Amino acid sequence: MNAPTRLTLATEGDTEVVVTRRFAAPPELVYRAHVEPDLIRRWMTGPDGWEMPRCECDPRPGGAIRYDWAPAGGGEGGFHLTGEFRELVPHSRIVHVERMHLPDPTPDNEITTTFEPTADGGTLLTARMRLPNAESRAAMLASGMEHGMEDSYARIDGLFADAG
Amino acid sequence: MNRTDTLFAALADPTRRAILARLAEGEAGVMELAEPFEISQPAVTRHLKVLEGAGLILRRAEGTRRPCCLNPDALGEIEAWCTRLRETFAANYDRLDTLLANLQRKDAP
Repeated sequence: MNAPTRLTLATEGDTEVVVTRRFAAPPELVYRAHVEPDLIRRWMTGPDGWEMPRCECDPRPGGAIRYDWAPAGGGEGGFHLTGEFRELVPHSRIVHVERMHLPDPTPDNEITTTFEPTADGGTLLTARMRLPNAESRAAMLASGMEHGMEDSYARIDGLFADAG
Repeated sequence: MNRTDTLFAALADPTRRAILARLAEGEAGVMELAEPFEISQPAVTRHLKVLEGAGLILRRAEGTRRPCCLNPDALGEIEAWCTRLRETFAANYDRLDTLLANLQRKDAP
């Protein structure tokens, strides 16, 4: 099995952000890691130094999502996310809506995550995030900065890929 | 609108993104920029004002011409935002790699 490939992140059109990533595990496992709280809380903790004290989700259409993040070892600055599942196709596709509470809720972010088998037995994950308008996408990209990390100016492939 | 909103509102228009893509190849004047689009020079000038107001392009005077070029600082800022978001995903997915490897070892016969 090939080593996992690098993440890509690109803006698309006016309101979307598309993330892709390959994993050296079959779609069934990668899918499970997105719908089982015991697995989710072991990886979806964001930048180093954060943990998920609360991680609940009910993976069926209409089922609720609630994730809380807090600085590891206590301290101020925690925030949480709520959402709902819209569609689940086991081992293949998840559509859900989520919003951050910072503490005011951010606009709804509709995320379609697909899990495609690759020839080498791995998975190609694509997460397509759709915001209600260009302004809310801008706010989401900026909020990625708030829980920030060191500066980096690596070139973003495809930032203008949809131009023209 | 705050600065982030101004920047992304400027980027929300496809004609303006196309203008930026053209400027990525090098400096150009209004006439050159208007050429590929079915819009008037005044319309292009309006787009350039939005881009300039958002700090995405710089314009200099050269006689009666006012050629435009990308502002490298502004693009660096946008890239930095995308990069930080990317780093959050990268940190998550690197941990997911480890978790998946552990799960596969456990599932192995």
